[in-house]
Amino acid sequence: MSCHAVKAKAFLKNEERALWHDKALYAVREKRDRQAYSLPEWESLREQASQIKERVLGNLADYLEEFERNATRNGIKVHWAESGEEMNAIVAQIIKEKGAKHLVKSKSMLAEECHLAPYLEERGVEVVESDLGERIVQLMECAPSHIVLPAIHIKREEVGELFEEKLSTEKGNSDPTYLTHEARKHLRKKFLNADISMTGVNFAIASEGVFAVCTNEGNADMGTAFTDTHIAIMGLEKIVPDMESLAVFTRLLARSATGQPITTYTALYRQPEEGKEIHLIIVDNGRTKSLADAEHRTMLKCMRCGACMNTCPVYRRTGGYSYSYFIPGPLGINLGMLRSPEAYGGNVSGCSLCYSCSGVCPAKVDLAEQIYKWRQQMAPLGVADSKKKMIVKAMNLMMRNPRLMNAGVAVAPYIPRFVYNNGINPWCASGREMPHFAKKSFRVLWNEGKIKR
Amino acid sequence: MRVALFVPCFVNALYPEVGEASYKLLTSLGLDVDYPLEQTCCGQPMGNAGYEKDAEPLAERMEALFAEYDYVVGPSASCVSFVREAYPRLSHHKGEHKCLSSRIYEICEFLHDVVKPTALEARFPHKVSLHNSCHGVRLMGLSAPSEQNIPYYSKLHNLLSLVEGVEVVEPERRDECCGFGGLFSIEESAVSVSMGRDKVARHIATGAEFITGADSSCLMHMQGVIEREKLSIRTKHIVEILTAQE
Repeated sequence: MSCHAVKAKAFLKNEERALWHDKALYAVREKRDRQAYSLPEWESLREQASQIKERVLGNLADYLEEFERNATRNGIKVHWAESGEEMNAIVAQIIKEKGAKHLVKSKSMLAEECHLAPYLEERGVEVVESDLGERIVQLMECAPSHIVLPAIHIKREEVGELFEEKLSTEKGNSDPTYLTHEARKHLRKKFLNADISMTGVNFAIASEGVFAVCTNEGNADMGTAFTDTHIAIMGLEKIVPDMESLAVFTRLLARSATGQPITTYTALYRQPEEGKEIHLIIVDNGRTKSLADAEHRTMLKCMRCGACMNTCPVYRRTGGYSYSYFIPGPLGINLGMLRSPEAYGGNVSGCSLCYSCSGVCPAKVDLAEQIYKWRQQMAPLGVADSKKKMIVKAMNLMMRNPRLMNAGVAVAPYIPRFVYNNGINPWCASGREMPHFAKKSFRVLWNEGKIKR
Repeated sequence: MRVALFVPCFVNALYPEVGEASYKLLTSLGLDVDYPLEQTCCGQPMGNAGYEKDAEPLAERMEALFAEYDYVVGPSASCVSFVREAYPRLSHHKGEHKCLSSRIYEICEFLHDVVKPTALEARFPHKVSLHNSCHGVRLMGLSAPSEQNIPYYSKLHNLLSLVEGVEVVEPERRDECCGFGGLFSIEESAVSVSMGRDKVARHIATGAEFITGADSSCLMHMQGVIEREKLSIRTKHIVEILTAQE
């Protein structure tokens, strides 16, 4: 069994919880649908977004340089990092230069990708996640299980218990409003105490040298307003050409992600205030390698809305932790393979090829088709499952020899059912009966003249 | 117009009645239908498992078997969509005929788009829940995918409206995957069954007596769940309803 299959099975052991997880995420998918259906131009917006991203990827170096020129002119200090390590080192260096000790950050999947928080903590920096969901998983000392809804797998009662322990909230109170207010008070102290802030970047507008940060809690804005130094980190694919393109993406992002017309806060950072600094680190960390991969470069069009996860019937029923890559779902299967087939090949089985992800993607990334392609690469890359290989070999033998197949089909109905309809057969073991072989196949009936009458 | 019946391997062995109904349905509309012998498998299971290249000899076999026919029609949306999508990559036929991928149709699609019957001699006085299979919907366009903002349509629904007495409903989450997925059903069997149970439950919630659709593989998987859990609903391929005389 693949590592995804093993963890998925374990997750499904708690049927009630799996069902709850599925329903919670499907509700988000439905909210997304309502938004998508309410815009007559929805499909053409997706097409526009896809084309804009294609254009950016085709001219990425030019756009990045244009962005750097304009951002620098605006007074933003632009840094380049080839790897996650380099990004972390630059961040640590800036923090050191500022003599800062308390970093308050908004959500950034790039920070997760580069293991930034543990890196800084090892160097004596307090890192506080200011997005509520991220703060919950941080206090629980676990990783986000979804890229937009990091704590979606945690029930409110569990949050209540966590806050009791960490924030000294009332015993047994898991009222969401109460807990949110308590979190707000707790985070307010952290904001006031912070001496440096960090945000991710949703979009970097090349023609303006401006970058956009989208949040629902205003936590990015709060963090950057309170501190004198703002470090922003972005993957180099986050570029959009101009403000008109940005408008396309801001219309798509929140509708796809959470079913809102737009994120509550969409902050554009153009230049630092008097006496303050904005540092922007543009990170490669394998992205140019993906760009050079003609088969899979389309993954760089992704705007990290998470819609593919919310619609994925496998993700919904197996949770974020059943995937070995830090990003789960159809997106994570693909990005994991781009990162390392050896390390993350075990996620590729977690797809029934239903193609729903390709249909919801606002940038028209063909996620399912990409997974199909990766499956074809598993054997050549030497990471294929040996059992599956054997099954395919057996099928090949049978299907390439009609006489053998016909003989098998003729014998099958006479084999006692218990021989194959039992707990050893994985088809049955998991809760299904085997189909029943017909006494006479269609071919036999045809040959006997029973069809053509 | 010469039409060949493509009976996928598992339909041949498990559901000959589906092949029979397909034949009956096509001939009842005045079509000249043949069934070339020595059909095996289109290669889809290998493709989905990551061994599409292994399907090459099967693609060559299918090309040769069906070379002389104007249309090749099969009662399985996923097999047909595999032939359509993958054969241009797999078969290297040199003959005068066009590649099979351009001549092959799923049977409902063929009736709906090519034959366009205005009446069928069929009667099925039951409530049926439509199973909109993933490949049928999202690869073949048998109905409007729920993900997209396009006007609702359903070719299966349109055809069923020609059957006397049938009441057609759709389950909640009308085109969510049932969890079959070829070798996925074995490799990720726990997930597959969980999806199957949920799907069957939603079909049952419609109050229908039957689940029907254009993919025997989904129906097979769901029937397996139904039998294990001893549920009251049954599966029936759509061609059996389009030819029913109840």
